[in-house]
Amino acid sequence: MLTLTVNGREHSVSADPSTPLLYVLRGELELDGAKYGCGLGQCGACTVLVDGRPVFSCLMPIAALPGRQIRTVEGLGTIEAMGPLQQAFAAEQAAQCGYCIAGMIMRAQALLDRTTSPSEAEIRAHMQPNLCRCGTHMRILRAVQRAAAAMRDKAEAAR
Amino acid sequence: MTGRVAAAEERAFSITLGAQGQMTWRGKILGIVLLAIVAALGAAAHFVYKPALPPIAPPDPQNFDKALVAQGQALAAIGDCAVCHTAREDAALAGGRALATPFGTLFSTNITPDAKTGIGRWSEAAFVRAMREGVSRDGTYLYPAFPYDHFTHVDDADLQAIYAYLMTRRPIDSHAPANELRWPYDFRPLLAGWDLLFQHKIPFVADPAQDAEWNRGAYLVEGLGHCGACHTPRNALGAEHAHQAFAGGVIEGWYAPPLNAANPAVEPWTADRLEAYFHTGIDLDHAAAAGPMGPVVHDLAAAPMADRKAIAVYVAWLMRDSPAAIGKRRPPLDRADYAQQEHARGATLFAGACATCHGAGAPMMLQGRPPLEKGSPLQEADPRDTIAIILHGLAPPVDANGPYMPAFADEFSDTEIDEIVAYLRARFSDGPAWADLAHAVASARKEGAS
Repeated sequence: MLTLTVNGREHSVSADPSTPLLYVLRGELELDGAKYGCGLGQCGACTVLVDGRPVFSCLMPIAALPGRQIRTVEGLGTIEAMGPLQQAFAAEQAAQCGYCIAGMIMRAQALLDRTTSPSEAEIRAHMQPNLCRCGTHMRILRAVQRAAAAMRDKAEAAR
Repeated sequence: MTGRVAAAEERAFSITLGAQGQMTWRGKILGIVLLAIVAALGAAAHFVYKPALPPIAPPDPQNFDKALVAQGQALAAIGDCAVCHTAREDAALAGGRALATPFGTLFSTNITPDAKTGIGRWSEAAFVRAMREGVSRDGTYLYPAFPYDHFTHVDDADLQAIYAYLMTRRPIDSHAPANELRWPYDFRPLLAGWDLLFQHKIPFVADPAQDAEWNRGAYLVEGLGHCGACHTPRNALGAEHAHQAFAGGVIEGWYAPPLNAANPAVEPWTADRLEAYFHTGIDLDHAAAAGPMGPVVHDLAAAPMADRKAIAVYVAWLMRDSPAAIGKRRPPLDRADYAQQEHARGATLFAGACATCHGAGAPMMLQGRPPLEKGSPLQEADPRDTIAIILHGLAPPVDANGPYMPAFADEFSDTEIDEIVAYLRARFSDGPAWADLAHAVASARKEGAS
């Protein structure tokens, strides 16, 4: 049994230590935000954060995860109380089929954790590993900018 | 500089003659010593000093012959000019790329024909001198990271064509950042000494015993292509070891494998396979072009087929005595059980992170990728390539459908990468276990090779 810390909560999991995190999240912990896209680390649909860094959970054996902080899209907010990125993606209607969106949001979260005023070029470069087959890239770009602005406003208001 | 030396000589004479103008024996000896020092300084100054060549009005690009420019473009691809002299994709040849060396960081110069920040005011003579002697138009010494020790072998006609090509590019106004070299390497006149020791200005001499294709390949590999700049080990002063040509070198955190009898490939490299590798960036029995070789392949793909083939013929010849070439290499090895016993945790991590692509029958393997048991990195004497590929991944060097691998730097700790690398080496190679992997992984991560 390994202990994983997901969205701040500890879980004991029974899967073999070589199992990629994605299957444990979806199969054992019933957190099915992260999606199985290619299973080869090429599309980014399975992106989650590990210690704040975006990783492909389909290639992340859980043996390497005890003691590390795992963050999934479920950790950013609920339907009733969405986080800034979730709100922005909804407001910009950035999802078409929606399959890539949880991964997109998590990769964007890693960027906005680092800076709330990224340039467009920075956003494009940062989001590059994640693919969208529907072609909503421009909306995704706008959603990330919108979330960044919301985060800046919030920080300003708190001052 | 000569003026200063003359003044020093005058002072030396007055000291020698002494206060009364009468020379004692001690004065005589002192005088001789001082004269010798002054003579040495004078000779050194004369030897070190390189004149500035007069600036010219930037030539009109229309005045260059189009065929000559096209020829220069093909040659520039073989010389990989753009690889080092480009920092941003939208500013080709405008310089500013950081080159990490054991002596500090160098920044490549702007070689677009911009009059202010590039080579727009360089005459052809100034360009030829820079290529052959490593001296800038204004007389300052260039660092040998610019491989003029190879370019010195390039013939006049080819230099003229490359000049025509560069002078017809789009001028880009861009100053390279200042070099960040450690003392005393930041003192350029020292390079005169380096040149004296290591810069052999000899033209390429064809070998009549070999055919024209071989000779063309030798000319390109030893000269413009400067393959040895990475594939030959360097001495403490950063010069290529003359007696270890193509014995394998280290470049920007990567290991450039030996291209001589020490080449560790499991399957033989042939000229045909090398030629294909040079324009696709992949060979199923050896490797995908990674690290600094990626951009090299990207450029070679744009070079004329005949030249690529000639280079391949010569490089295959360099490796003619390697174990694979003479049929003395063992067959590919896969010791899964042994490696699992030796490195259980590495085996677990491999199963979860790597096997979905690298396992037998995996979709990635069906697309045509080198299997790990044949791949060169795991057979090399040095673990750098294996570590760098895991940390930083692979980008397709030529077209987007080429070999790709995601980076694992954020997924695994140094210890975990160490465990995976040790497991891979034990499973797929019968070479000795790589020593001090923990240190190698830590320094690879610190260097941030890309």
